Amino acid sequence: MQIDLRTVTIEPQRQAFDHLVRRFGDKPASRYQEGTYDIQAAENLHYRPTWAPDQELYDPAITRIAMRDWYDLKDPRQFFYNTYTLTRARQQESAEANFKFIESRGLAGLIPPAIRDRALAVLVPLRHVAWGANQNHTFVCGYGYGAAFTQPNIYQALDSLGIAQYLSRIGLMLGGTEALATAKQAWLQDEAWQGLRRYVEDCLVTRDPFELFIAQNIALDGLLYPLVYGAMVDGVWATEGGSTIALATQFMADWFDETRKWADAVVKVAAAESAANREVLAGWIDHWSGRAFEALLPIARLGLGEQGEAVMDERRADLAARLAKAGLKR
Amino acid sequence: MSQVFIALQANEETRPIIEAIEADNPAARISREPAMVRIEAPGRLVIRRETIEENLGRDFDLQEIHINLITLSGHVDEDDETLTLHWDR
Repeated sequence: MQIDLRTVTIEPQRQAFDHLVRRFGDKPASRYQEGTYDIQAAENLHYRPTWAPDQELYDPAITRIAMRDWYDLKDPRQFFYNTYTLTRARQQESAEANFKFIESRGLAGLIPPAIRDRALAVLVPLRHVAWGANQNHTFVCGYGYGAAFTQPNIYQALDSLGIAQYLSRIGLMLGGTEALATAKQAWLQDEAWQGLRRYVEDCLVTRDPFELFIAQNIALDGLLYPLVYGAMVDGVWATEGGSTIALATQFMADWFDETRKWADAVVKVAAAESAANREVLAGWIDHWSGRAFEALLPIARLGLGEQGEAVMDERRADLAARLAKAGLKR
Repeated sequence: MSQVFIALQANEETRPIIEAIEADNPAARISREPAMVRIEAPGRLVIRRETIEENLGRDFDLQEIHINLITLSGHVDEDDETLTLHWDR
């Protein structure tokens, strides 16, 4: 007897939802496309919000940036709930392993006191900055338009909370509960932190979601992360016996590398849309990155001493090069 | 001209790879069969790491393709940047 094994192909009646077929053609859609495109509520919203009657409930005109299609601002990482949580769960596991490694081998005790003090002085107050980032990203998600743009912002908000927690943990590891109280006092009172605190607080009252996106992701994070986790932790402290700190902040360094690509992609597409957009974006970037530079100078001196200013100049040049790639040459 | 082909499992991981092949090989014909996607091209087919990375939004090692590769035909030329299938030089 012979058994003939064969398959029969049954053409599905529909390859994807109609709105996705209209956008991408008649082929199977990815889960990112299904979970992102045309999700934003755009019709059947009869009431204006009582707390701001001059705007729609979901209003693309709240920002000065204009897009023909807000879904052009897609996330190159194609994060939707599933891919995002899986990625972060993996990273969380490796961060846990790093902390466990440090604790089980007593590595925190081997950090030279001078480096430990600098790490406490710089890293722990930054948890307040990370909390501000959480608030800002949540705002952008709430008032921005189009799920392609807003969805990654809520992930970014969750990441900021995670980073704040890692920073707290580093504080507890290096200086106990006292370290957190001291850092809060520094954040509220120390001269060095007041510029940055003012920056964060001004962000909290910025109403234009796209401007806030620029102020947070491009101007502030674009200078702060390479300064702190690049130049300080990996660059100088590691060579002076503080490589344990690099182990504890690995997530922040990796996270910035990853999220930077998304922020750049958003700016690039928005700038390419129109000359008017480019003008507005360039203005915001000038304004906020200038302020971020000033605010971070004292922090650079706090962590790097004399070289602080030179390192900040390098960071500013790096950011300018990054923005030139995204189509914003100044 | 003889056809070269590559067949990949049909899943979320191969989607960016298939899109990259589609973009880099205008002559390629893509047929979606149950659980697999078969891509045929006359004489030559190029798979580029760079295009896959653009579609994927992260770094990609071309060797990752073998996890979802079912079969292929043609001579294989492989380096870090490209995987090429061809019959004649």
